[in-house]
Order: sequence, then structure tokens, then C-alpha cells
Amino acid sequence: MKRFLGLYAVAFFAFLHLPLLTLALFSFNSSRFTKWEHFSLGWYRAIFHDPQILEGTWNSVVIAFWATALSTVIGTLCAYGLWKRNSRTMTGALYLSLVTPEIVSGIALLALFQWAFRWLHWQLGLYTVVLAHIAFCIAYVVIVVSARLRTLSPALEEAAMDLGATPWQAFWYVTLPALAPGILAAGLLALTVSFDDYVITSMVAGVDSETLPMVIYAMARRGASPVINAISALITLVFGMLILISERVRST
Amino acid sequence: MKLRTWFLLPAWLTMAVLFAAPFVIVLAYSFLTRGVYGGLELPWTAESYRRLFDPLYLIILWRSFAMALAATALCLLLAFPAALFIARAPRYRNLYLQLVMLPFWTSFLVRTYAWIFLLRDTGLFNTALEALGIIHAPLPLLYNDGAVLLGLVYGYLPFMVLPIYATLERLDPALVEAAADLGARPLATVFQIVVPLSRPGIVAGSILVFIPCLGAYLTPDLLGGGRTVMVGNLVQNQFTTARDWPFGAAVSIALMALVTLLLVVYLRRQSELLA
Repeated sequence: MKRFLGLYAVAFFAFLHLPLLTLALFSFNSSRFTKWEHFSLGWYRAIFHDPQILEGTWNSVVIAFWATALSTVIGTLCAYGLWKRNSRTMTGALYLSLVTPEIVSGIALLALFQWAFRWLHWQLGLYTVVLAHIAFCIAYVVIVVSARLRTLSPALEEAAMDLGATPWQAFWYVTLPALAPGILAAGLLALTVSFDDYVITSMVAGVDSETLPMVIYAMARRGASPVINAISALITLVFGMLILISERVRST
Repeated sequence: MKLRTWFLLPAWLTMAVLFAAPFVIVLAYSFLTRGVYGGLELPWTAESYRRLFDPLYLIILWRSFAMALAATALCLLLAFPAALFIARAPRYRNLYLQLVMLPFWTSFLVRTYAWIFLLRDTGLFNTALEALGIIHAPLPLLYNDGAVLLGLVYGYLPFMVLPIYATLERLDPALVEAAADLGARPLATVFQIVVPLSRPGIVAGSILVFIPCLGAYLTPDLLGGGRTVMVGNLVQNQFTTARDWPFGAAVSIALMALVTLLLVVYLRRQSELLA
């Protein structure tokens, strides 16, 4: 039994990790085909000479930055408010936003923007993507920050207020510093979720705001290319590191 | 106003404008009539909902349901022994859990693309099998139901491992020892003691996997190659190529209703667990 479980675990982890590892391995292959020839960094060089990829990456970074900053602030404040007294409507709405199929959120947001733009004469662009990303990042931020809040004793704020602090001062000087690791972890999570999104983004992005996942999708649709392998390896590396950092931070 | 009210205000505003309002618009669309050139027209009608029961679309709904169910069952089968292994590991449990989560937190698009890279005609599997002389023409591994199923299982496996692990970790080892003392064989102990006691985790994991699989769009789109139409693709198709917004909206609402129902069941169970 024990030996079986051990063997099984090896196979299980191989199933989880080997696809991504071989994908990364073949990004160093000089050949365009899936036969190993010799080591080369050519596909990585190709990334930095492809204007579409560079522009998509830049757009994704800009979107992820704003979506993360705004959703982290909104989500942290919300988590704090819910910690003081729960609101079943808000919690329910957040959970619902988490389980709504992405394609449904995408078309619903597109419908909203089109409907609003009939009067406003605006157009889809980077900022519509940012708004859409804020909508689905908040729930992640609230969950992570709330987990951190549950480890805090309400007595800390009470003590501060007994000593003359206003509610705002109690929040700003007592609770917020204690929350910092949770907020950082939540922000990193929001960043990766925003940077990775394709389905919702592709629905609400304007013509001039193609993101990196949209570029990758278009390339993957045309067929596999070692360039995608190279981008994938880079994304996996960067994301993996961000998540490991966030796990480290959260457990402190 | 109290501090709490101010703090919740931005979240209320965001959820109202970017979550509730779009939902209301889609609900309204679902009761309108499709225009001649694809737009929206009056009168109000429930025709789109009636069309959901057209056999043509019922099959797609049924397929999505069956695919999500199959993916959930496969995840359960694969995840349970893995969760058991982690829960019984004397050391490195956190490392194993992180190994489960790590591919999940890297890009979903990349993880789906990995299977295109492995399964396509000139992909790693076919190239390797041909080099070994086992096959002489590439096997059609990609762009079928099997590939979509594999993509779904690969995508959502961690959702199954974590809740099962959580219940297994809380399981009193004395119960397992008692079974062994009374003469139960290891396998019998697992099936008669461990599996029934980890039911909450199994149910939670199953719902967590089933929900995203049911509404999946990207996986069937990329790995199914347009042949495997699931309900998510149907929604997208109605809003783009078919230009039938009311029907697309009705499908969305039906999907949302189903997902909400599952969420309520899940949250009930969770609160029972915590109580």
C-alpha cells in the first residue's frame, strides 16, 4: 500500500509537471520541429524582435499594474469592512463573481460597455480591460486578506481605541501594518490572475489594446511555434517566482 | 457615516456597476427579440428560453454536462490517492502541496498550450512514437473530446486535491489503526473507512471542479478545435458569428442559474463543516 502510494505520487507529479517542463525544454531547441537538434537561444531572441509580443507584454503589464493597484485597495477595504461585520449580500456577490463562467462575465461586460457607450461616445480600450479585471480580482483579494484578518485579535483595535485612538487611527496604525503580508500576497495573486486572463480580456479589449495572452492565443490558434514555448517558459518562471514569494510572505 | 460603511463603499460600487449591472443587461437581452441584422428589438418574449429545449441545443447542454461530469470523476480518481499520499507523508507535506499548486498558478493559457505542443500531429508524442517506429502516420490525438477532457482534468486537478487533503489531514489516525487491528486489509480500510470519512472533501472538490468545467470556454476552444462545442462556446458563438444576442443571453442566464445553484450547495456544506 505504502509503496503503491509512493509510486503513484511520482506518476502524479510527473503528470502535473512534465508537460510544462518539456515545453520549456523544447524552447531551447534550435529546430522548429519537435526533434531535438542542439541547444539554442534563438527563440528567446525572436521574442525580443517581435513587435507584437513586445507591445502585448507592455499592454499586459500596464493593465495588470492598474488592475492590481485598484483591486487591492478596494478588496482590502472591503475585507476589513466585512471583518467588522459580515454582509451576506457582499460575500455572496463576491463568491458568485468567482464562479461565473469567464465567457459569461466577458459578454456581460461587453454588453454593459456597448450600452453605456451609446450615450457616452467612448470606445473600448485598455481602460475597459482594467475595469473588467478589477471586477474579477476583488474576490481573490478579499479572500486572501480575510484569511489574514481572521488570525488577528479584535482586542488589538479595542486596546488602541481605549487608549484614545479614533477608528481610523486604529485601522491605519494597528490593523493595516499587521495586514501588510496578506495585502502583498493578495496583490501578487491579483497580478498573476490579471496578467493571465484571456477570455474576458479578449471580449472587452479595444483594437489597439492587444494583451500578451491574446497574442499567444492567436499564435497557438495558427499552430504551435517554439516562440510560444519560449514565452511560456518565461511566463511560467516569472509567475512561479511571484507565487513562491507570495507564499513565503503569507506564511510570515 | 461609520468607517465600515466608507470602507465597503468602493466594493459596493464596483460590484454594482461591473457585476450586477452587466448581469441585469444580459437578463434584459435574454427576453428581447433578435433584430433582422442581428441587433435587439422589441417585443419582450421568452422565445429564447423556449429554444433552449430545442434538441439541437439540448445536445450541447448535455455534452457540457457529461464532459464536466467525466472531468470531475477523473479528477477524483487521480486526486484521491495523491491527497492520501500527501496526508500520510511523514515530511515535506507543504512542499508537496506547493508542487500541486505551482502549475495551477502559472498561466492557464500556457498549460492548455502545453497539450497542443504534446498532442498535435507533429507534437512530441507523435514525433517520439514515429521515431521509435511504433506508428507510421501521426495519431489524431488533438482536436477531439479526449483532448478537451484531458485539458479540463489537467486544468482543475488541484481544486480536487486540496479539499480532499484537508479532510484527510483532520482524519483521526486511530480510526485507521482500529480498522487494521480488527483485521481489515489496507485496501479495505481505505475504501470502508477513509473514503466515507473524507466525503465532505470529496463533495467540495467535486463541486469546485465541476463548476469551472461546465462553463469552460478556452479549453474546448483550443483543444477541441471547434469540433467539441460546449455551452461556453455556444455563448461565444451566439454573440459573435451567429449574432443572436437574445439566445446567447438566455444560454448565459441558464448557465448562471446552474452555477449559482451549485455554489449554494457548496456554501451550505462548507458552513455545515465549520459549524
